[in-house]
Amino acid sequence: MKLANKDLLGIKDLSKEEIDLILDTAMPMKDIIRRDIKKVPTLRGKALATVFYENSTRTRTSFEIAGKYLSADAVNLNVSTSSVQKGENLRDTIKNIEMMGFDVVVLRHSMSGTSHYVARNTNMHVINAGDGANEHPTQALLDLYSIREKKGTLENLKVAIVGDILHSRVARSNIYALTKYGCEIRVVGPSTLMPPEVERLGVKSYYSLDQAIKGVDVINVLRIQKERQLTGLFPSLNEYADLYMITPEHLKEAKDDVLVLHPGPMNRGVEISSEVADGIKSLVDEQVANGVAVRMAILFLMMGGN
Amino acid sequence: MKILIKNGRVIDPENKVNQVMDILIEDDKIAKLAEDIKLDDAEAIIIEAQNKIVCPGFIDLHVHLREPGFEYKEEIATGTRAAAVGGFTSICCMPNTDPVIDNAAVANFIKERAAKSGVVNVFSIGAISKEQLGAEITEIAQLVAAGCVAISDDGEPVTRANIMRNAMDYAKMFNIPVLLHCEEVSLSQGGQMHEGYYSTYYGLKGIPAAAEEIMIARDILLSKITGAHIHICHISTKGSVELIRKAKEEGVNITCEVTPHHLTLTDEIVGTYDTDTKVYPPLRSQEDLDALIIGLNDGVIDCIATDHAPHDFEAKDCEYELAEPGISGLETAIPVVMSLVKDNQISIEKMVSLFTINPAQIMQLDRGNIGVGSIADLTIIDPNLEKVVNPDEFYSKGKNTPFKGQNYTGWPVLTIINGKIIANDGKIVNE
Repeated sequence: MKLANKDLLGIKDLSKEEIDLILDTAMPMKDIIRRDIKKVPTLRGKALATVFYENSTRTRTSFEIAGKYLSADAVNLNVSTSSVQKGENLRDTIKNIEMMGFDVVVLRHSMSGTSHYVARNTNMHVINAGDGANEHPTQALLDLYSIREKKGTLENLKVAIVGDILHSRVARSNIYALTKYGCEIRVVGPSTLMPPEVERLGVKSYYSLDQAIKGVDVINVLRIQKERQLTGLFPSLNEYADLYMITPEHLKEAKDDVLVLHPGPMNRGVEISSEVADGIKSLVDEQVANGVAVRMAILFLMMGGN
Repeated sequence: MKILIKNGRVIDPENKVNQVMDILIEDDKIAKLAEDIKLDDAEAIIIEAQNKIVCPGFIDLHVHLREPGFEYKEEIATGTRAAAVGGFTSICCMPNTDPVIDNAAVANFIKERAAKSGVVNVFSIGAISKEQLGAEITEIAQLVAAGCVAISDDGEPVTRANIMRNAMDYAKMFNIPVLLHCEEVSLSQGGQMHEGYYSTYYGLKGIPAAAEEIMIARDILLSKITGAHIHICHISTKGSVELIRKAKEEGVNITCEVTPHHLTLTDEIVGTYDTDTKVYPPLRSQEDLDALIIGLNDGVIDCIATDHAPHDFEAKDCEYELAEPGISGLETAIPVVMSLVKDNQISIEKMVSLFTINPAQIMQLDRGNIGVGSIADLTIIDPNLEKVVNPDEFYSKGKNTPFKGQNYTGWPVLTIINGKIIANDGKIVNE
């Protein structure tokens, strides 16, 4: 079985069966990472380019090493300092990458829909590594993997997503994925960071953190972008922390075996307290390892045959 | 020079005509309207119009011709040809060129260029404020003397209420409408699409309906204190329809227009991130669209205008957020609106009024009807002609249309301007 589409642009385009396939395929991949010799020849002769128009260390490195563990050649294009400054448009940059023989391009961009635009203009596989406030599908897939690994299932879980829902592609991709498993999804954050008609996505929205996390199996904590405060969306980080920082006290509202996720990088003391981030319910470190495994699975399914 | 149009269904709402008859044109005037006109003149051109609709020439009071300054997007030559094959005989061009049409010299330039390179009647709209900066009002008397039929800062709102008030007050002396682009920029800034469920679903920054409605409300209040005739451009929301309905009931001197795309497309289609769907005001929700149709039928909305906004390839070949807003609309307006007629959402008579006598009255043009002695501007539509929208065949330089690839039935087939056949079967004649 393979993925239906040439590209991975969003969770919206994936079926539940495809998500299961990716998660199942990631399991043996995770074993590879734990080996002494962390390399299999599956994608030998394939080339992967990471093109990040927005800063990211974790996601970019995760894709690169995922490709390398599978023996693909992985190259990072330093776009912010090269072509963009010389005024080259995105189509030309992508065409150049294609002509160099790359098979897959991993794209991160601050503007929603950019991976769709690139996918329309290239024969390479395109993997969306985050586009604006739209989607971050591989983050959602690694979140699902991490949850499934601990809980044994994704079906009918209660999941709270906390923070800046309005601008969050992580929130959207998680919502689109978890709704396929019948999960009860609760989004919680300040009213100014709640997108319009959010409940039509199949979630319940809350302003009160305690209400939202009562009895949940999973809490996914979003990173708060400090610059949002400057546009008047909330008064201060201090007040934000007062209302929405996850502390051990809050976790008592959730189920005993609640899992806490965070896509990173964390603002400790703002959206998550160190006690929670470093506590036994935190999956934050495990998410990073799972990210590599899930990305290996996606690359394998896209390019690796059967 | 005589042209005899035979057996067409003549629809002329102003003269309450809707019947099969013949029309005789002599030189640039309508000479005779009657059933079965006989003519012995061997020189006359006979046009067989059986099963076709013969209307007064269509008028588009909201067009961006881009010349001078943006000739890479459109020229008067290409834009007027697009108008003619699209079935329009008269167009009014917006002043957001470079330089802006904010003085008589630029208005005269447009007039001369239109006479030399244009193929339809072109009426200029002068700017409200110098360089459209919203700070000082233009020399409106001189603009009117140079042929401008209205004033507008379209593309930008006049943000300062006192400047808007003065412009309305001053324009009133010349008995011209003030065409208003209503947008509260602090609410719309950075927005890519309508704010609602789909902006949430697609992760694009939204433009709330209130950004349009707040400005319409302000300008209605300013019209009340000045008495100026205000015309609201490209209304797109249910709330706008309600505000204008109420203002009309109160006797405010207000008219408004709607575009073919706001009548037929919703925000749902933005999900492909095709930059041709990006337009300001944005494509709205189904609820808004339904309210606009009701507004057309109950007379709150006075006319349909294209807001023809042609762009070069590069302006749309990019990330959605970086794309320039606008739709090239002249060559699709009639088939798109005919689709509403086919769906029984509006009547054919209504459609013809919205494109002819109504815009003529708003802009006080002596056109828009077919009476004996009136100027021979005619649009002939084949309601059964089926065609796919192919932007590569556009006369307009702007290929930017979200209607590309769509199949429509009901296209303009002949355009007669000042007694001359200008466009025939989708082609400009003699070129």
